Amino acid sequence: MRVDVHPILGNAPTGKSIILLVDGRPIKAIEGEPIAAALLASGRRVLRHTARHGEPRGLFCALGRCTDCVMTVDGQPNVRTCVTPARDGMVIESQVGLGRWKHLPLEKEE
Amino acid sequence: MQKTEIAVIGAGPAGLAAAIEAARAGAQVTLIDENERPGGQLFKQIHKFFGSKEHRAGTRGVEIGVDLLEEAKRVGVITRLNTVVYGLYHDKCLGLACGDHSEDLQTQAIILATGASENVLAFPGWTLPGVMGAGAAQTLINIHRVLPGRRILMVGAGNVGLIVTYQLLQAGAEVVAIIEGLPVIGGYGVHASKVRRAGVPILTSHTIVSAEGGESVERAVIAQVDNRWQVLCGTEQTLEVDTVCLAVGLSPLAELAWMAGCRFSHVPTLGGWVPLHDQDMQTSVPGIYIAGDVAGIEEASTAMEEGRLAGLAAAGTLCHLSPEVGEIKKSEVRDRLAALRWGGFGEGRAVAKRQIIEARCEA
Repeated sequence: MRVDVHPILGNAPTGKSIILLVDGRPIKAIEGEPIAAALLASGRRVLRHTARHGEPRGLFCALGRCTDCVMTVDGQPNVRTCVTPARDGMVIESQVGLGRWKHLPLEKEE
Repeated sequence: MQKTEIAVIGAGPAGLAAAIEAARAGAQVTLIDENERPGGQLFKQIHKFFGSKEHRAGTRGVEIGVDLLEEAKRVGVITRLNTVVYGLYHDKCLGLACGDHSEDLQTQAIILATGASENVLAFPGWTLPGVMGAGAAQTLINIHRVLPGRRILMVGAGNVGLIVTYQLLQAGAEVVAIIEGLPVIGGYGVHASKVRRAGVPILTSHTIVSAEGGESVERAVIAQVDNRWQVLCGTEQTLEVDTVCLAVGLSPLAELAWMAGCRFSHVPTLGGWVPLHDQDMQTSVPGIYIAGDVAGIEEASTAMEEGRLAGLAAAGTLCHLSPEVGEIKKSEVRDRLAALRWGGFGEGRAVAKRQIIEARCEA
């Protein structure tokens, strides 16, 4: 659900198309847009579930304040997806509660 | 330790205007913002601003934003993005968090232009994905160019609710209705007329009872309220919507002013707890100034004027302007501010602002 044509803003600026791996499935995104915007554009609204009752949560403030949109990004839990720019090849996972840290190699292999 | 003469915190309309004015007077200015891009909420304001020619009426916020950024660059404002101010210590030293490290910044004067955050409304289902701030929806459509949903219920008929409704329509969404708890529409008539002409009903004396759905919003229940805000039984109706936007006011983001020990007053007209300030936008702590929504919720146009006032005052106390020249320039800005706080909507804010200034003088 992207706004490609707009009566005031004109056509959407063309950005570099990239791929994010979201819970094991590839989705298309535009480089530099917030991860949450890319997820919403792909039709995904549920970003995490709460610890105690397993309730769904999604984007709420889009400003980086409310932390409702946190997910695990490249192994780091609790990343605010509404203010974190998407980069090609990012591995994004839903988390339950506070999520878990994963062991990361010191240097990424190219 | 790094040093700067004036630190401006927040690169929205107020902070940009403050930084430009202070730098133009000759001060060394560092403008700090936690976001990747400057501009605050200006770049999502795609509607034309009100006011007079001096206030750049008829110009869209996004265009004003571009001009401010260019001007800040031209007058030598040092801009630090992706930088969070986590602490404000005695002797006007700031603690900055930038990515993976922290640093201190020693300042001589500080201008807080930290803006506001959206208020929330709690009701059954309000945590479901699909319920979000109206400002969040505005950011999505106008900056990121993504629709938050297809069929939307807007809660609140103040200016934010009315303007964001129109912009959701422009972005291609359907707004099923705007509901407003008060018996009257809070925003400007011109905005209300626009959305009504576009076919969106505005239901006053209505509230949201619940948002319902499995993993995200699938429908919302609304109902009429009486003059004591109680739901009138039998007036409930279910709307098939996938998104509920909350436009129920803003609150000043004043954590740093609390940290600095500034004195506050609770002023409902201005959005809640507001730091007291004088005619120069100086708080009760000498050398700490405020401007924009943190000094009371208003509009981008007033925020810019308050920023200019704070920038001139801070530069003046550091002797970059002679008292005479400073006074002339500040009184010009004060006149423009007064002109913006005029009429049915502005008058209440003008009165509230006078009370803030009087309370600061007595403090």
